[in-house]
Amino acid sequence: MFTEFLQFLLSGVTVGATYALVGVGFSIIYNASQVINFAQGEFVMLGGMMAWFLFERAGLPMPAAVPLAIAGTVLVGLALEKFAIEPARNASIVTLIIITIGASIFLRGGAQLVWGRDFHALPALSGDAPIDLSGVAVNPQSLWVMGCTVVVVILLHWFFSRTMTGRAMRAVAFNMLAAQLAGVNNRLILMFSFGLSAALGALAGVLIAPITLTYPDVGIMLGLKGFCAAILGGLGYPYGAIVGGLIVGISEAMTAGYVSSAYKDAVAFVIILMTLFFMPNGLFGRRGIERV
Amino acid sequence: MLLEITGLSAHYGRIRALDNVSIEIGEGELVALVGANGAGKTTLLRVISGIRPASAGRVLFDGKDITRMPPDRRVRRGIVQVPEGRQVFAPMRVEENLLMGGYTRGAAERREALALQYERFPALAASRNKPAGMLSGGQQQMLAVARALMGKPRLLLLDEPSLGLAPRLVDEVFDTVTALRDAGVTVFIVEQNAFQALSIADRGYVMETGQVVLADTGKALLTNERVKAAYLGL
Ligand SMILES: Nc1ncnc2c1ncn2[C@@H]1O[C@H](COP(=O)(O)OP(=O)(O)OP(=O)(O)O)[C@@H](O)[C@H]1O
Ligand SMILES: [Mg+2]
Repeated sequence: MFTEFLQFLLSGVTVGATYALVGVGFSIIYNASQVINFAQGEFVMLGGMMAWFLFERAGLPMPAAVPLAIAGTVLVGLALEKFAIEPARNASIVTLIIITIGASIFLRGGAQLVWGRDFHALPALSGDAPIDLSGVAVNPQSLWVMGCTVVVVILLHWFFSRTMTGRAMRAVAFNMLAAQLAGVNNRLILMFSFGLSAALGALAGVLIAPITLTYPDVGIMLGLKGFCAAILGGLGYPYGAIVGGLIVGISEAMTAGYVSSAYKDAVAFVIILMTLFFMPNGLFGRRGIERV
Repeated sequence: MLLEITGLSAHYGRIRALDNVSIEIGEGELVALVGANGAGKTTLLRVISGIRPASAGRVLFDGKDITRMPPDRRVRRGIVQVPEGRQVFAPMRVEENLLMGGYTRGAAERREALALQYERFPALAASRNKPAGMLSGGQQQMLAVARALMGKPRLLLLDEPSLGLAPRLVDEVFDTVTALRDAGVTVFIVEQNAFQALSIADRGYVMETGQVVLADTGKALLTNERVKAAYLGL
């Protein structure tokens, strides 16, 4: 009984951690521009697909394939900002959001052209043999997912609270005018935000690919669940997105385990709708933490 | 001249907020700009900082044309503004607000400037770890000024620094401004509190509906009949 619960919890935390990484990416770009980047899920897809391609097809060893896949996705993120968002900088937020939707369709199409429509498996980083922890079967890849997420969260915390670039990103989010008057180049910050979000998405994609497989459309659902994590945690509040991601992942795993896996994907939609109806600022939303 | 503005106009859509404005500020001067609500004072400061574009005219800083220069590069050149309404980064700690003011400076220079501001404003040192949004209005104004000074301004732009403050604090703000001028900082101050601003200013400009209608020394403007009637309530 309890072992079963722990088993579900473990798989919930594992997928939840990837939703958290994607959700943080949504929040970072939102903070720099009020834009919801619907191509966020495609960063996840690109990370997984590139890693698979570099490892399986190009024959690179994993320690080279993974960083290259992340770097490649970062380049795509920077290009997206430079060639799609930047030229339309003076357009309305809604227009910019529609541009990101267009970009997501374009990236999915591009991935199909280059890599085909098939599902691909990226081998797990340290094998598939489950580790038995008093009855709970722990997939080694789960440990990689959770471990990397913890490290990334610690690094992000250090970055946002201790470095000038991190502080500038927070400053832009709280008060764009004052940040500009302090000498922050908000266009550079937006560019950097796209690069950072792409890196986080790609990392999630590389980590989850051995568990869920990777294919050109894999980013649709992952992006949506990351969005759900960001909304639930309070859009623009990266730490909230982490909690949000874990809640979405765990709810999903419990629903799949105790009710039916047929309802698994519905959980995220229900959470989005409930959040928007009952607490539009999310659990830790801006208005909750800021005293103005 | 440190700042030389000639024939400057600016628009919000089709509304003309600045109309053929010309203003000069010399190195080391304290210059005041007074005018009623909606005269275009904030707009002028935003154009000088590069936040709003000019639709006509030129802005020269230290002899160089900066009319189209982006805001961050103007800050690097020494044009630093304390915006209307303080605009501190409310959820960030006081110290982080100050560090942000030194964003364009190197790490060592920033540390040095921080120590200097704590010395100048001991109240800020006492609340360095508090979120800026928790400070009182007067302390937030102090923080906004200290944050600007972190950028080592050659030209300090102040937009209504006394707005919404208790009378005692208003005096403190004007004392600070005078002290800054005495320390060699060039100051351009926008105020609705015309009497106090003109009293401390070397020179002043009066603005009405986007145009400069009077320019003279601070003292002369204080005794000008038109200024007395419209802005001093005399
Ligand atoms: N964002 C804006 N969009 C449209 N019109 C604006 C905007 N900001 C200011 N204006 C208009 O431009 C004119 C000048 O405004 P500005 O804020 O520069 O005046 P001000 O002298 O600073 O006034 P106050 O004393 O109230 O601060 C006003 O008519 C105002 O209505
Ligand atoms: Mg104003």
